[in-house]
Amino acid sequence: MQSAAIDVVITNRRGRARRYAVVLAVLLALVAAIFAVTLSIGKTITPPAEVLRVLLGEAVPGADFSVGQLRLPRAVLSVLAGLCFGLGGVAFQVMLRNPLASPDIIGITSGAGAAAVFAIVVLSMSGPMVSVFAIVAGLGVAMLVYGLSFHNGVAGTRLILVGIGVSAMLQSVIAYILQSAPAWSLQEAMRWLTGSVNGAQLDQALPLLLALLVFGGLLVSRSRDLDALRLGDDMAAALGTRVAQTRMLVIIAAVGLIASATAATGPIAFVAFLSGPIAGRIVKNDGSLLIPSALTGAVLVLAADYIGQHLLPGRYPVGVVTGALGAPYLIYLIIRVNRIGGTL
Amino acid sequence: MTAGTLNTSTTRWSAASGSNRTRSLWLAGLVVLLALFVVLSVTVGTRDVAWADVVAAVGGAQDTIGRAAVALRIPRTLLALLAGGALGLAGAIMQGVTRNPLADPGILGVNMGASLAVVVGVAWFGMSSSYAYIWTAIVGAGAAAIFVYAIGSLGRGGATPLKLALAGAATSVAFASLVIAIVLPRGDIAGGIQSWQVGGVGGATYERLVPVLPFLLAGFAISLLSARKLNSLALGDELAAGLGENVAVARAVASLGAILLCGGTTAVCGPIGFLGLVVPHVCRLLVGVDHRWLLPFSTLGGACLLLAADVLGRIVARPAEIDVGIVTALIGAPFFIWIVRRQRVKDL
Repeated sequence: MQSAAIDVVITNRRGRARRYAVVLAVLLALVAAIFAVTLSIGKTITPPAEVLRVLLGEAVPGADFSVGQLRLPRAVLSVLAGLCFGLGGVAFQVMLRNPLASPDIIGITSGAGAAAVFAIVVLSMSGPMVSVFAIVAGLGVAMLVYGLSFHNGVAGTRLILVGIGVSAMLQSVIAYILQSAPAWSLQEAMRWLTGSVNGAQLDQALPLLLALLVFGGLLVSRSRDLDALRLGDDMAAALGTRVAQTRMLVIIAAVGLIASATAATGPIAFVAFLSGPIAGRIVKNDGSLLIPSALTGAVLVLAADYIGQHLLPGRYPVGVVTGALGAPYLIYLIIRVNRIGGTL
Repeated sequence: MTAGTLNTSTTRWSAASGSNRTRSLWLAGLVVLLALFVVLSVTVGTRDVAWADVVAAVGGAQDTIGRAAVALRIPRTLLALLAGGALGLAGAIMQGVTRNPLADPGILGVNMGASLAVVVGVAWFGMSSSYAYIWTAIVGAGAAAIFVYAIGSLGRGGATPLKLALAGAATSVAFASLVIAIVLPRGDIAGGIQSWQVGGVGGATYERLVPVLPFLLAGFAISLLSARKLNSLALGDELAAGLGENVAVARAVASLGAILLCGGTTAVCGPIGFLGLVVPHVCRLLVGVDHRWLLPFSTLGGACLLLAADVLGRIVARPAEIDVGIVTALIGAPFFIWIVRRQRVKDL
């Protein structure tokens, strides 16, 4: 009798683990597939064999420039930024137990964006310094929003509203800096308004990769504690999670991811917000949302950039495409949350 | 609506600041302040103009550069007056109609709705006449208002202040994103991006001002006349109905006034946020919650604040200018956060 019950538990657990593995494999395959398509099919079609030769460092006449200089940096940056946005976004959503508490709505992305614009336009910084500046500013904004919404404990709704207020101010700052820098091209301005991977360079990818490894690794290593936080602070504490410490680590790591990605590509609209809920729909209760959500982010950015570049009549930066996809979803989510009072 | 979340208006009803005499004094003070800002708005700008030239320009002379510059400031000042008054009044109406201290045409997404409608009209339907702009903006504002109210009142508890504010703010974010998505790739209209993202009163001309005037005047009239109805609504729907008020009609009429004001303003200036939030709250501190006083005060106060913000935007970044929408957001957002912090929040 008892062994039968245990058998059921074991089969269930195995089934969940298998489904989770399948989801991860499918998402990975999807990332790889879109990555490959981005490399080989653009304005001209480069056969896979030639793409491979370029990747291996051979000089291939014709394909060298379009694949090596244009498509590869773009695809690499898209994947990295997507992973960072997806991971950082879902960390906030899970920790605060509310899909609306994503960094692009509560002002962290705007904070990092404003800092990056300020560093580039006013302080004429470039390279990794911009990322560092953006990370510090993003952390500052996160602390500010968290502190301002602290009033007999932090209520999720209050945090979101405070974040929206802070975000409005920071957006104004970005608008002002862009306005007072008349020499800027529309392309550049667009990057800081909606995010774009136009003009991507491979050396931009290095700080991003570093941030992903450090902060992403930190987050994934704490994924068990983060999952415990989904049950509520008291329950998590009862399960042996150090709530305050975990929360602090998660904030630092998630902000680091979001801010580094924002410094590289601009605030690609709604990727951080969309990845978590999409991954949640796919994974259901089979396991941690962190890695599926990161992969979903990469899929979103890669696919949206490809759509914006090649499948639409004009050429659109990636943020315009994700923004147009994300806006209706945001409205739908509000409707759903209001109707059933549910969360992620 | 839960009683606990709305503690501001009911308690202050009894403690309404002072008598009609003090209110009249405040009113006089506000008018003087407004006159002062009008003078500042005409005289202060990127270019220093001698006093004699300012006087001559107000008289109609445009023969020197200085005088011509001042002549440009006059329609701008008029627009700031009208837009500020309209947004201040619309904010007071919305706070009254929804009985929500966080209501504001910017936060509830109404201005962004107007903006989105105009952008769609320009980008996809080749709209170009100013009347088309205004009608589209008003329809957009109305649709956004209904939409946000409908979303905010879903679920248990009806349209609580926080649900409404959250629905409005999120809708506003979504609309802003759609505006960017529509405008940015269109090189031909992208020059005006900023004006559909961030509101401003710079570049005002009489030609742009005149078409919107009838709409704004109608909006002012409807809104100011609904003061008594708003006073009844403030008592709660049941009591208002008991006093013989048709609650639904009263709400609809007052909202129509606010929507005319917001739509008209946004059609000319672009979305200007937070003004309609700050002004009625400050005015309520001065004159209490009687809408017969609050509405005219909010109108004057809104005009004052927008003029002040515009003048400030011209001074602080000389020789450049800061759009007034940026200044109001920087002033208003902290105020918004302050009100959110004061509210007793029930989690969604």
